[in-house]
Amino acid sequence: MTDRLPVMKTYKLFIGGAFPRSESGRVVEVEGANVALASRKDVRDAVKAARGAFPGWAKATAYNRGQVLYRLAELMEARAGDLAATCSGPDEVARAVDRVVWYAGWTDKLAQVVGGANPVAGPYFDFTVPEPTGVVGIVAPAEPALLGLISRLAPALAGGNVVVALASQLHPLAAVELAECIATADVPAGVVNILTGDPAETAPWLASHMDVNAIDISGAVAAPGGDPAFATALERAAADNVKRVVRGPADGQRLADVEQLLELKTVWHPIGV
Amino acid sequence: MTDIVPAPAAWEYAPAPESRAVVTIAPAYGLYIGGEWVEPAAGERFATISPASEEQLAEIAQGGEEDVDRAVRAARAAFPGWAALPGAERAKYLFRIARLLQERAREFAVLESLDGGKPIKESRDVDVPLAAAHFFYYAGWADKLEYAFPGRPQPRPLGVAGQIIPWNFPLLMLAWKVAPALATGNTVVLKPAESTPLTALLFCDVLRQAGLPAGVVNVVTGDGRTGAALVAHPGVDKIAFTGSTEVGKSIQRAVAGSGKRLTLELGGKGANIVFDDAALDQAVEGIVTGITFNQGHVCCAGSRLLVQESVAEQLIAKLRRRMEKLRVGDPLDKNTDIGAINSAEQLARIEELVQSGRDEGATIWQPACRLPEKGFWYPPTVFTEVAQSHRIAQEEIFGPVLSVLTFRTPDEAVEKANNTPYGLSAGVWTEKGSRILWMAQRLRAGVVWANTYNRFDPTSPFGGYKESGYGREGGRHGLAAYLSLEEAGVGGGEA
Repeated sequence: MTDRLPVMKTYKLFIGGAFPRSESGRVVEVEGANVALASRKDVRDAVKAARGAFPGWAKATAYNRGQVLYRLAELMEARAGDLAATCSGPDEVARAVDRVVWYAGWTDKLAQVVGGANPVAGPYFDFTVPEPTGVVGIVAPAEPALLGLISRLAPALAGGNVVVALASQLHPLAAVELAECIATADVPAGVVNILTGDPAETAPWLASHMDVNAIDISGAVAAPGGDPAFATALERAAADNVKRVVRGPADGQRLADVEQLLELKTVWHPIGV
Repeated sequence: MTDIVPAPAAWEYAPAPESRAVVTIAPAYGLYIGGEWVEPAAGERFATISPASEEQLAEIAQGGEEDVDRAVRAARAAFPGWAALPGAERAKYLFRIARLLQERAREFAVLESLDGGKPIKESRDVDVPLAAAHFFYYAGWADKLEYAFPGRPQPRPLGVAGQIIPWNFPLLMLAWKVAPALATGNTVVLKPAESTPLTALLFCDVLRQAGLPAGVVNVVTGDGRTGAALVAHPGVDKIAFTGSTEVGKSIQRAVAGSGKRLTLELGGKGANIVFDDAALDQAVEGIVTGITFNQGHVCCAGSRLLVQESVAEQLIAKLRRRMEKLRVGDPLDKNTDIGAINSAEQLARIEELVQSGRDEGATIWQPACRLPEKGFWYPPTVFTEVAQSHRIAQEEIFGPVLSVLTFRTPDEAVEKANNTPYGLSAGVWTEKGSRILWMAQRLRAGVVWANTYNRFDPTSPFGGYKESGYGREGGRHGLAAYLSLEEAGVGGGEA
C-alpha cells in the first residue's frame, strides 16, 4: 500500500454564501495555510451581501431563526473534530456548540422578555417590540479562536441581525471552518459573512461604512492584541452614522449581548368603536 | 323660536390671553450647584428673550469649564448618599417633585410659553402635565428596580449623569432626563438649552421645596461650550443628549474610548402615510398635529406626508382648508394654534430650507395669515411636487413646513418612508388592521403612530433607529440607560 497524499484545503473568504478569494489576490501564511488577506473592497462586498440578506432574515419568524441556529449547532457537533483542530481543542468546540444552542433558544423569547405592552394614560393600545439593528460589523476576539467568534456572532444572529465578521488574525482557520458549517446550516446566504486577514487594515473600513448599523469592537479591546487606541479610533469612526458600538466579553453568554443589537419599536393605536 | 343669526363671513376671535402675573422672573440668574445659587466663575452672562416679542426676560449665567467642574464635583459628592438611600425614600422625593409640578403647573406653563414661544394650550395641556407624570411614573420604579430586568437582579446606578437638553420641550425633556436618573440612584448635572433656560431654573425652586439633598441635581446654564465641557469632563459617568444629529455625532466622537455611557435622541424626518381607505378627516387632523404641534419644533414631527395617489388631490384640498383655520400668534393666547418660532437662528434655518424647496422645484402653499410684527414667526407651509432627493424631503426643517409625496403601493410607501438617514417616527392612516401591522413591521422607526400622531406617555419607550440615535426614554426600558446591569451568565460582567 502506498502512502496516499492528502488533499489540501484552500481557506477562503465567506461572502454572500460563497467562498471567494480576496479580490486583492493577497494571501498570508498562517497556521500552515495560505489565508486570504481581505481588502477594503472585500469589506464593501460583504456589507452589500449582508444588507441584501437583512430583510429576509429580520422577517423570518423567531421560531425559524431558532431552528436555523440549532441546525448550526448540529453541524458544528458533526464537524467537532475538524473544528477542534483549528482551535484550542474539543472542550472549546463543546462550549461553542452549547453556546449556539443557548442563543438558538432565545430567538422566540425576546419579544416577551424585552418587549411589552405599555399602560398609557389614554384610549390607546401601545406596545413595544424588539427588532434587529441591521448590519453588524464584528471585530472578533483573537482568542479563543472559535468560542470568541461564536460568543459575538450568535447573539447578533439570534436578534435577527446580519453580520460581517473580521476573523482572528492569529487563528483564522477556526473562522473559515465555522463558515463551512454555516454554509450548510440553512443560514441564508449573506446573513453571515466572514473575512480573514488583518483587522488593523479592514476594521476601520467597517467602522466607517455608512451602511453598517452597529460595530462590535470586542476583538479590538480584548487581549491578546487588544489595542485601546485602535478601539477608540474605531469607535470615533462609528459616529459618522451614529453606529451602535458594542464592547463585550470574548467568552460570554448573556442576554445583554443580544439586547445591545436590538432596536425597540413602539406602536400606538387608538381604542374606539 | 329665535332667529338664526348667520355666522359672520370671517370669525374673529377675541383675545384670550393667559395672565403673566402667575410668574415672577428674576432680572438675573446664577447656576444651581450643590443646592445653592452661585455666580458663574467668569462672570459671563447672556440674555434670554421671549421669541414672541423679542423682549429680554432675564440675564442667564454662561457656565464655563470651572463651573461645570464645580457642578460635577457637587454631584459626585452627593452620589454615595443618594445611591445608598433606600429606594422607597428616593421614590418619595420623586413623588414630591411630581406633586409640586402639578401644584405649580400654571406657573410653569406660562413661563414655558413666555421663554420658548409655544402656545399656552400646549404647555398647559401637554408639556407640564406630562413632565409631572414622568416624575410620578419613575418615582414608582425607584424601589422596584430589581423587578425591571430579568436575570439581572442587582441593578446599580452609574454615578454622575451629564444631561444636555434641547429648547423645544424644555421642562418635558428635563423630566425625561432627570426622573429616570434620580429613580435609579444617579446624581445629575443638567445643561438646559441656551434659548430656553427659565423653566429649568424654576425647577430648582421645586427641588428646594421638595427638600432634595444638595448636589443631587445641579443645573449649569450656557451655550454649546458648556455642553462640550460637560461631555469632556472625566468625572461624568454617563451622557444623555437630546438635540441635533450633527451635535450627537460630535458627542459620540468625543466620548469614544472614555468608557462613558451614552444615549442619544437626535433628529428625524417622520413620514405620515395615508392610504386611500383612511378616515380622511381624522387623518387631516393628525397631519396638522404632526407638523404644526409646537411650531413643528419636534424631532418626531410628521414632516413628510406620503399620500396614496388616488386620494392625494382630495386630501390636500382638505388639508389646505384646515390649515387656513389655524391661528398663528401670541403664545399666551389660549386660542393660539401656532406660536412663535423659538429663535431668530431657527427662523433663518426654516427660511433657508424653504427657499431650497422653491429652488429645487417644489410647489409651495401657505395660507393667508397675518403675522405679528415683532418676534419670530413662520406660517404653516405645505410643499407639493416634492421629490425624494429634495432637501425638504431629506433634511430636518424643524418648523411648520410639510413636504408632500405620493405613492401607489404599500411597498412603495415603505420604501419612501424608510429612505432617509433618520428613523425616529412614522404615522400610518388606514382602516385596515392587517395593513397597519404590516406597515408597522416594515417601518424602520422607533415610534409608529397608527391612526393617531404625536402621542407621548411616561410608560411608553421613545427613541430612534439609525441616525436618530440610540437608547430609549420612557417606560421600563428608559431605566436601562441609567443602570449597570450585571447578568448571571458566562462572562456576565457589567453591561
